[in-house]
Amino acid sequence: MTNSDSLDRPVLDIDPFSRESMDNPIALDEAIRAAGPIAWVPKYGFWITGHDAVVREVFEDWRRFSSAFGTGLTNVVTEEPWRKPSSILEADPPIHTPNRKVLAKVLSPSALRKMADDFRAEADRMVDALLQQDTVDLASDLAFAFPFKVLPDAVGLQPSGRHHLMPYSTLNFNAMGPKNERYHAARKIVEEQGTFEYVAAQMAEENLLPGGFGEEIYAAAHRGEISLEDAGMLVRAFISAGIDTTVFGIGIAIKALIENPAQWDKLRADPSLARAAFEEGLRWYAPSPVIGRTTSGPTELAGVQLGGGEKVMMWLGAANRDPARWEDPDTYDISRRTVGHLAFGTGIHGCVGQMVARLEAESVLGALARKVAKIELIGTPERVYINWLRGYHALPARLTPA
Amino acid sequence: MVKITFVSASGARTELDVSEGTSIMQAAVQNGVDGVIGECGGAAMCATCHVHIDPAFADKVQPIADIEEAMLDCAMSPVDARSRLGCQIALGPELDGVIVHLPPSQ
Repeated sequence: MTNSDSLDRPVLDIDPFSRESMDNPIALDEAIRAAGPIAWVPKYGFWITGHDAVVREVFEDWRRFSSAFGTGLTNVVTEEPWRKPSSILEADPPIHTPNRKVLAKVLSPSALRKMADDFRAEADRMVDALLQQDTVDLASDLAFAFPFKVLPDAVGLQPSGRHHLMPYSTLNFNAMGPKNERYHAARKIVEEQGTFEYVAAQMAEENLLPGGFGEEIYAAAHRGEISLEDAGMLVRAFISAGIDTTVFGIGIAIKALIENPAQWDKLRADPSLARAAFEEGLRWYAPSPVIGRTTSGPTELAGVQLGGGEKVMMWLGAANRDPARWEDPDTYDISRRTVGHLAFGTGIHGCVGQMVARLEAESVLGALARKVAKIELIGTPERVYINWLRGYHALPARLTPA
Repeated sequence: MVKITFVSASGARTELDVSEGTSIMQAAVQNGVDGVIGECGGAAMCATCHVHIDPAFADKVQPIADIEEAMLDCAMSPVDARSRLGCQIALGPELDGVIVHLPPSQ
């Protein structure tokens, strides 16, 4: 399986971003795990790991494994990034710290408790409307429609121009990977539509509606906690990373529940398992399956010598099914104790929006569980092809009301 | 190994031996101790691993960080001077024998 190269590195000769790999994601994850704790991928020149313990070590040591050089394939310091690097994702302490503090507060559980009733009511409305239709697409009409409505509203984005959100996000997640045809196609759409201009305008304080996360972020800037420029960058983070990942995470859970009727029955019998159904979906098939770090200097990881300035890609999809960590890892089981899965990352860069994502997913899956007796797939689910994401564009289905 | 004792709100005690470096949250979750959820997995994002450190160990735990202090405000049960997030405390030899009291709800 694994060979060594002239530098005595364990080598895994794969292309995780090829069409074939994307069409066979579980086989790809297995190959990454089988390559050992860490291996060198010569096609792109990065390290890859799909072992739970190794991923955890990388996440928990930002001094050895930096985010400041970008968390995708591009080294945003030595190469030209496609946009100004993020002051929270692509940064280490001390730059990262105040930005993280502001967002953590804006997105805290107590802040979200105030929104929970509105989210649930919106999800109920959407599911009620779907039940009036003969056939539905649960990917576009629900898994996409719900976050696409509630998240921009919660941030305080203008109602107009929201058609730019997905193309921007798609470009962002393609740009994390290689500069292949997916990246160029996504970039072309964004350039032709004037999306960069939209995003720049929407980051500005005067364009944010009152009462949203955006306003609170700027309030922190006016208190002197972060700069006004950084406040704009944090608003951009919602546009980049706050929607797609949740959309695909919800779709993955819905598909898993359709394909595992015993789990759907469990959820219907106890709709309070909605959060668990989402969480286990993330473990079982992570919508954001990979994230990278860069070595800040030569270091040893899992007994292998790494050079300085080298990228380490953590293959979360593989680590979340590591048999050394998870019993019966390939089974989707909503009764599982999922604490410690890596789909949101962990450590100081652990997903800051994770509590919003959970609230969104809980609202949607809870509404389905209470209102729908049966979900039948009536067509083939259509996979998304975005370098850095997994999920479904289409889940054609028929719903039977409860 | 480090010895840790969890005391539930109703007084039930669970004694565990865990590897050095394990967090208090991980010790509870990995051993099925009820009363600790740890939903965010240890990112100080959810405040569901709120614990009270026994006064005898108050001066032995690492000092509280700003992010942890802010997140404690979101805890479901009342917070006091001994309140911490279990995910932010790694169990080192200085905490061997530590007693941790669990709140009634998370």
